[in-house]
Amino acid sequence: MDYFLTEQQMMIRETARQVAREKIVPVRAELDEKEEFPWEVIKACAAADLFAIWIPEAYGGLGGGILDLCIAVEELSKACAGVAVSYAASALGTIPIVLFGSEEQKAKFLPDVASGRRLGAFALTEAGAGSDAGGVQTTAVRDGDHYVLNGTKQWITNGGDAEIYTVVAITDRSRGPRGASTFIVEKGTPGFTFGKKEIKMGIRSSSTRELVFTDCRVPKENLLGKEGQGFIVAMKTLDKSRPGIGAQALGIAQGAFDEAAIYSRQRVQFGHPISSFQAVQHMLANMAIKIEASRALIYSVARYIDSGAKDYSKESAMAKVFPSDMAMEVTTDAVQILGGYGYMRDYPVEKMMRDAKITQIYEGTNQVIRNVIGLSIVKEFAKRAQA
Amino acid sequence: MTTVRVLSEQCTGCGECVASCPVAAIEMRGASALITDICTACGICVTVCPVEAIEMEHVAPAARPSAPSHGVWVFAELHHGRLVGVSRELMAAGRRLADRKGTELTALVFGAAVEQPARELVALGADRVLGAEHPLLELFHDDAYVEAFMALADGQHPEIMLCGGTVLGRAFFPRLAARLGTGLTADCTSLEIDAESGILLQTRPAYGGNLLATIACPDRRPQMATVRPKVFPAGAADFSRTGAIAIRRDLDGVIRSRTKVLEVLEEVVQTVNIAEADVIVAGGRGMGAAENFALLEQLAKALGGAVAASRAPVDAGWVPYARQVGQTGKTVCPKLYIACGISGQVQHLVGMQSADVIVAINKDPQAPIFSVATYGIVGDALEIVPLLIKALHLYKN
Amino acid sequence: MKIIVCIKQVPDTVHVRIDEKTGAMEREGVPAIVNPYDLYALEEALRLREAHGGSVTALTMGPPQAEAALRDAIALGVDEGCHLSGREFAGGDTLATSYALAKGVEKIGGYHLILCGKQAIDGDTAQVGPELAEHLGVPFLGFVRRVREAGIGRIVVERMTEEGADVVESSLPAVVSVVKEINTPRLPSLKGKMRAKSFKATTWNAAALGADEARLGFAGSPTKVVKIFHPEARSGGEIIAGAPAEVAARLAEKLRSLGVCR
Repeated sequence: MDYFLTEQQMMIRETARQVAREKIVPVRAELDEKEEFPWEVIKACAAADLFAIWIPEAYGGLGGGILDLCIAVEELSKACAGVAVSYAASALGTIPIVLFGSEEQKAKFLPDVASGRRLGAFALTEAGAGSDAGGVQTTAVRDGDHYVLNGTKQWITNGGDAEIYTVVAITDRSRGPRGASTFIVEKGTPGFTFGKKEIKMGIRSSSTRELVFTDCRVPKENLLGKEGQGFIVAMKTLDKSRPGIGAQALGIAQGAFDEAAIYSRQRVQFGHPISSFQAVQHMLANMAIKIEASRALIYSVARYIDSGAKDYSKESAMAKVFPSDMAMEVTTDAVQILGGYGYMRDYPVEKMMRDAKITQIYEGTNQVIRNVIGLSIVKEFAKRAQA
Repeated sequence: MTTVRVLSEQCTGCGECVASCPVAAIEMRGASALITDICTACGICVTVCPVEAIEMEHVAPAARPSAPSHGVWVFAELHHGRLVGVSRELMAAGRRLADRKGTELTALVFGAAVEQPARELVALGADRVLGAEHPLLELFHDDAYVEAFMALADGQHPEIMLCGGTVLGRAFFPRLAARLGTGLTADCTSLEIDAESGILLQTRPAYGGNLLATIACPDRRPQMATVRPKVFPAGAADFSRTGAIAIRRDLDGVIRSRTKVLEVLEEVVQTVNIAEADVIVAGGRGMGAAENFALLEQLAKALGGAVAASRAPVDAGWVPYARQVGQTGKTVCPKLYIACGISGQVQHLVGMQSADVIVAINKDPQAPIFSVATYGIVGDALEIVPLLIKALHLYKN
Repeated sequence: MKIIVCIKQVPDTVHVRIDEKTGAMEREGVPAIVNPYDLYALEEALRLREAHGGSVTALTMGPPQAEAALRDAIALGVDEGCHLSGREFAGGDTLATSYALAKGVEKIGGYHLILCGKQAIDGDTAQVGPELAEHLGVPFLGFVRRVREAGIGRIVVERMTEEGADVVESSLPAVVSVVKEINTPRLPSLKGKMRAKSFKATTWNAAALGADEARLGFAGSPTKVVKIFHPEARSGGEIIAGAPAEVAARLAEKLRSLGVCR
């Protein structure tokens, strides 16, 4: 089916596909097994200019939009979600700088991101602040020309391997939702250390670590935007990046579906390929329907965001929730279609099923995201009632 | 020369020939096809034409050399001061060609000390040996080798020149061919003298080994060819033979080099070079798993041979690439090649089909490997190979 | 450092299928690619440019569609692409091809180093590199697996031999042909592909090169193809049938009688 992509988007798709085929597929099982950060693949993505996609041209990027980013994430995810999330999390971590950074900050940090020399990471979540992001405890206290950060961030993707972190910390607790600020903290800053690499169910090659701030002095020039804008920065960033998570889920599902469809034609039972059995055909049909529906939703939301829309929290949330729930279903069905082989680590689908789960959890659990959508609907209809 | 032409009265304009031409030399002009002059006379269009409207005439190219030439020359390569295997093989081939032409066989040899190799070359059939001694010739320096040749060949016009398709030969001979403004055919698998014209017909694989091409160099002399090791059989040395040996040691002013070998790195050969083995036991996808190659190791040991593989086990990581036989791997020509669980795709066959004896063991009776096998067994290699090893051990005892 | 890389567009011979009955080659759908060995040459040139500065120019001789190969080179990061194109070049053997490339190299001028892949997968001769060096009157270093040092007037390489390698120093300019062991070629980048989109090759015919047409193409080729044919199918094969143990025993006997087992 033709998705009416622009020429640049088709080039991005082809490039990401080539990287996926030649650099990721051959090593994905080993990366998952050894839980190693995929540096070689990251370097290949960098060399192919994939990290330049979301960075403005003035800073060495391609000035692409959310759909461009989603296409790259989707293609990489078909091959391995662990690699794809390492790539996508760098976008998540540096989009705040693109949106809210000053000239100096953009000029200082973005070129290295565009070239893939340095990776980014986004640090909001804490042990007590997951869905309830307002529960952030990390503090940033002004002291002369610095802010002193204290606290611990939890489960940060690319933690330890990224060099540029956008960290949300409380600067003035008395101001409630307007009491947080976002800071750019570089790896190697004294007082900034990492916890152990977490051992996960899926996306095992991706690095997930605690970030520990102990009297960490961050220059005041690294404040992103103004004091008190912390949660705004976070929400705006997540609004932009949620379709990317949808794209990751979409890619995982597509990869699993392709494996299942191929296998179903090869596997012969009762003298027939199992693809000739209606039960299997219906499974494949349902998987395919859900995948196309997800793709249509993600692409149209991404295009809407790229058109310059001001308010798209609800749509962006939808573009994350539906594909991620779908991916869990599709990958589970893929394992089912491969049967006994699907359960074996020698075959790629069990990893895809393990990988898919996290997409329902991070960047907002699908439950809290439904809250976001629900609230948005209520407000919208309240406005209509008043009009 | 070969001419290929379309009989336009018979041509129906179907265009099959246009699609089949590997060099796109055929065009449709109105209702019939026309063969343009980039045609390489491969003959594929002739077979493809459904109405036999294309005609090909083979005429062996008339020899029209620019200046009279005679003699077969073989360039012999030394390693550590001794003749390499392919040079012995070429001496036998050169002797055969010289006898067919009723001319002299001359051997050339360069190095630091070439007296002993020169005598061996006479024993291998050289009527005459031209040698050159100089420090710069001990290792390969392309400038020095070309100038040494030009000095030794001064005033002479050999008709045919052969060299081994070694790393040295494949750098030296093309350079020399360009200096002499003549044609060179690389990696010949057969060399014959055409009965009518007396020129050298040089046959080599083409299109990735899918086809064979016979090449000639009708106008220029010498006609030059390189041949890979183990393609031709070596001759026996007969030290009672006599021949004239002339070694030049006065080339100081003549030989110079813009390159310099600083160091020779002789690396430990970690695996047997399968191209050198007389017996090869090869495994394919049908071996099932990496562990099963241990069986092939045992069989190879019992036969004094080496283990190799088709592409599938290498791609699967069961076996290192150095052991891959086929179009994208090595070409081997052993006395015995046992193919276990190998289906025999053309890309594999081109790497081993010139083995003397081919044994194929495969579960699938339709497997293409059986079309080239001397002995075929339809069965599971995992079952047959252990039994074969046992049977061979019985013979030993 | 100004580097010229000679590349060739070839049919992907791994995918060439020969119809066994008619002997015809199926050309439909066989993709045209940049000769795989040339990708290693391009990669090495780009690495040398990254290390020493300068420029990389890709040069190819071929029909009009060969411009796609130059476009691929631009997408990898090469600075310029030059195309020798015209009927007069067609059908050339290695001597005619290397002469044409030499004229192209001279036309580009100002070069320090010429790189090429070990051989083309359609011709498989590996002759063009050394012949090109001879036409240009420069040294040739073949089967290079590593460039140890490179400067304006001097290069040191590891040249593969049957036993390992020679470390060879050469003056520049020189022609160097590379093997796959030398590096891992990069994939084309997005920025590269965008540059490639708007790329137009510098195209030269024989007249523009000042080349002697008698030395080009089919007419300038001392070697001629006499015929192309199918390798003869081996015949006379015997199927050994029976129970596994029996079959194994009979085969062992045959091998012994052939004198191949000790």
